[in-house]
Amino acid sequence: MTLRVGIVGGSGYTGGELLRLLIAHPNAEVTQITSREGAGQYVYTRHPHLRGASKLTFIHPDALEACDLLFLALPHGVAAREIDRYAALAPAIIDLSADFRLNDLAAYQKWYGDAHPAPAWLDRFVYGLPEVRRDQLRGAHYASGVGCNATAVNLAILPLARAGLIERVSAALSVGSSEGGNQPNDGSHHPIRSGAVRTYKPANHRHTAEINMISGVRVDFSVTAIEMVRGVHVVAHVYLSQPVTEKELWKLYRGAYRDEPFIRLVSASTGLHRYPEPRIVAGTNYCDVGFAVDEDDPRHIVVIAALDNLMKGAAGSAVQCLNLMHGFDERAGLTFTGIYP
Amino acid sequence: MSRTAICPECEAELALAANIMQNELIACPDCGADLEVLSLDPVEVALAPEVEEDWGE
Repeated sequence: MTLRVGIVGGSGYTGGELLRLLIAHPNAEVTQITSREGAGQYVYTRHPHLRGASKLTFIHPDALEACDLLFLALPHGVAAREIDRYAALAPAIIDLSADFRLNDLAAYQKWYGDAHPAPAWLDRFVYGLPEVRRDQLRGAHYASGVGCNATAVNLAILPLARAGLIERVSAALSVGSSEGGNQPNDGSHHPIRSGAVRTYKPANHRHTAEINMISGVRVDFSVTAIEMVRGVHVVAHVYLSQPVTEKELWKLYRGAYRDEPFIRLVSASTGLHRYPEPRIVAGTNYCDVGFAVDEDDPRHIVVIAALDNLMKGAAGSAVQCLNLMHGFDERAGLTFTGIYP
Repeated sequence: MSRTAICPECEAELALAANIMQNELIACPDCGADLEVLSLDPVEVALAPEVEEDWGE
């Protein structure tokens, strides 16, 4: 069976990543991809790395036809306003925006500023992080996307949260410029952005709500834009309710993630790359997680995580959801292992 | 018969090669620790010494 897939909002970075992944997918084919500004142009005009890999041209969103599944890669707020139209076109939808992530209307309004445009739809969407919603995603018709920063933090601390060990978490995130999307602004102007180490959200980042919803703990975190295109790097200082040893952490994390196809434990005692680094996972669907215990205070540990914000933090997790929703191999289309150096 | 051992650093289960020898150095596939096979029957591994002493060469 080949799934006929449409990508709505295909000229952005996550739209391009979806197309890249689905070109190599054994069970899915992108049959239409929309761009309001790029209608009529070949997709390689916006995604030059796909020249020769796809003969698709962008279509105007109004020209969308019925298909088996729609990916919505639209700015926050747009998908929710038009969800009834999209649902009439496809029996399955994966929305990469924040519109259907939170299951709490008050939280949505607090963090995203407006009343939710389609509150009746919130309960129909499964939060699209397979590591926490795998069973619900199997056979589901609607899945939300995930926040890239929230996912990096959630996957870093989830085993500790599930074990009820966390008293407090303080995390510093370093992120790449592609988190800002493909629309230029004053902050993305090259003389401003190049070489930047700019803390743009020291507190109250809106992904706080997603982390709290998934991990059940309040995480204080700050986000700093650095000289990097892709990637999220988390250094989380976690204060526990009891002391732990490195062996106990290995046992806990191994137990939580042993069967996860896209989480790797990277906490090496030798070698050059001992802890997770965004560069190693760029272009892949992996989230690498590592940890260390403070020898002077074994209730204080440091957890490090890295992922590609466009992949595990967006399009990669979304394709993983597609696979689960349709009973395909969860790894299908996602086996790229990255490049080095 | 396949031999296994437990990494003393991270407690990963190590599958040892059939022809492994006593005092051979191996690396843990999970944490990367360098390990020395101290004995084969029973199997015993320990963290390999880094630069332990001046060998006098």
